Amino acid sequence: MKFNKKITNLLIVLVSALALSACSTAKKSGVTSGDVYTGTATVEYLASGVKDRVFFATNSSQLTTASRDTLRKQATYLRKNKKLSVVLEGHADERGTREYNLALGEKRANAARDYLLTYGISGKRISVISYGKEKPVNSASTPLAWSQNRRAVTIKAK
Amino acid sequence: MKKIFYVLTICLFKFNFAYSLIEVDITRGNLDPLPIAVSPLHVDIQSDNFQNAKVKGLGDLISSVVENNFRSTGLFNPLNKDAFVQKPDIAHLKPRFEDWSLITAQALVTGKILVKDEKLKVEFRLWDIAANKEMIALAFTTTPSNWRRVAHIISDKIYERLTGETGYFDTRIIYVSETGDKTQRVKKLAIMDQDGANTKYLTLGNELVLTPRFNPTNQLVTYLSYFRNLPRVYLLDIETGIQEVVGNFPGMTFAPRFSPDGKKIIMSFAKAGNSDIYTMDIESRLVEKLTEDSSIDTSPSYSPDGKYICFNSDRSGLQQIYTMKSDGTRVKRISFGKGIYGTPVWSPRGDLIAFTKMRSGKFYIGVMRSDGSGERLLTENFYQEAPSWSPNGRLLVFYRETKSGKKGEGFTAKLWSIDITGYNERQLKTETDASDPSWSSLLSK
Repeated sequence: MKFNKKITNLLIVLVSALALSACSTAKKSGVTSGDVYTGTATVEYLASGVKDRVFFATNSSQLTTASRDTLRKQATYLRKNKKLSVVLEGHADERGTREYNLALGEKRANAARDYLLTYGISGKRISVISYGKEKPVNSASTPLAWSQNRRAVTIKAK
Repeated sequence: MKKIFYVLTICLFKFNFAYSLIEVDITRGNLDPLPIAVSPLHVDIQSDNFQNAKVKGLGDLISSVVENNFRSTGLFNPLNKDAFVQKPDIAHLKPRFEDWSLITAQALVTGKILVKDEKLKVEFRLWDIAANKEMIALAFTTTPSNWRRVAHIISDKIYERLTGETGYFDTRIIYVSETGDKTQRVKKLAIMDQDGANTKYLTLGNELVLTPRFNPTNQLVTYLSYFRNLPRVYLLDIETGIQEVVGNFPGMTFAPRFSPDGKKIIMSFAKAGNSDIYTMDIESRLVEKLTEDSSIDTSPSYSPDGKYICFNSDRSGLQQIYTMKSDGTRVKRISFGKGIYGTPVWSPRGDLIAFTKMRSGKFYIGVMRSDGSGERLLTENFYQEAPSWSPNGRLLVFYRETKSGKKGEGFTAKLWSIDITGYNERQLKTETDASDPSWSSLLSK
């Protein structure tokens, strides 16, 4: 009897573990990879198929493969629209100290800018501004919101 | 040799004897607050417009400000006035010590005010109940509208006499007032008395402003403004309201603070993805670059003697605290605990550096010695940062964001203070949500 109970307990643990792992894999393939946002819920488009933003891992300003793909499309778009200038806004999530996040946002925006430069876009057409954690797109305090807020956004200059 | 020792002990004994009055041990926090009776200040009937409620009530007002200051320290327990037996004017002349000791008071504050010819004269005395003795007697004359400052100065004098430490009540706090939704937050510079009174707004909220800090004379403030969407360090004269951008940097400048002599502003300048630390001499406009590293270097803060600088850098991978000489040489990492560290700020006493620490999803405010030893975490929370020292180096003020919804939606931002003992954590009164506090030095030195 006791033995049986133990087995049932074990089964419950196993089942819940499975459920949990299913949940986390779903998350990975869904909207984040590592902790980099891969979804499109907050993304806007400069033109059809040209996403306006790239996302970053916590405390990182490294461009992911997906980010580089987005930026190459932006570069193509900018080459076609020669008169267009853009502002690259760098942002951080709220889970850091304000001053460090200002620097991090600047680093992220410049990482994106540098990539556009290597694809032939003139530096004169791209200005950079960091907002640190001051302008979140998602105001919630959840890992998902934070991943959406760690971003560099390309905006058409007025 | 023996003789010298003998003489010394006598001196020490004598010294001790002479001052063997009540003492408040500030190193123990609020474990055993000292019972103190603050008698309402007696308003002299010779006062002009004595029948005017404003004049008549002034004595009560001043004593309640003093009382509130004492309560906020956690070191004192102001006693209920209902239990006071002696009338304020009589107590002020000579208290009946037995009466006050009956209600367990160990110290008594009495006073008298006179409003005459547009002048406010305030007299107060501090009494040691157990020793049946007067400890201090002082008088101030000022304009009646200054009554709050007089109350704070009195509080400072009493605090100093009882704790042996410099006071911090006659001070102000500058901070960022916050309103509106988090995605469209409106931020203004605001200034208030240390106890939350006399709030004034210094900017209108048209542009984002961050991280205001006082100069040593409390007349100037340096801060970050996004005026015209160009994030730059600014200088603001509080009296005249004149603002100017600091230096001519071709990019974002941020994280400003004054040098202890007030002559320089130290700050970060970000260019092409790299933030380094610079100083600018306010008068000559001479700019000096202090760090030269491809990592993020920010949040610089001078030691009070101006010889060293502590700052935040991720040159070792993640955010850590470093110190260097004020010419940029001898860079040394001092934080080695688990987690990452930000916002170092040097104590006005020179011995400690306060910081924000982030570890396992929690934020801590802590202190360590300037060589990195003796790390102590004072308070843990979901989100808090940016400590600023009280002028006597006994307290820190910082800001904390608290989630209001279950899913992390909605939040409040408030200013909090804590003793460096880790005791007496208190929320400061602010009219709006608030962040980025900076504590002034004593206004009257």
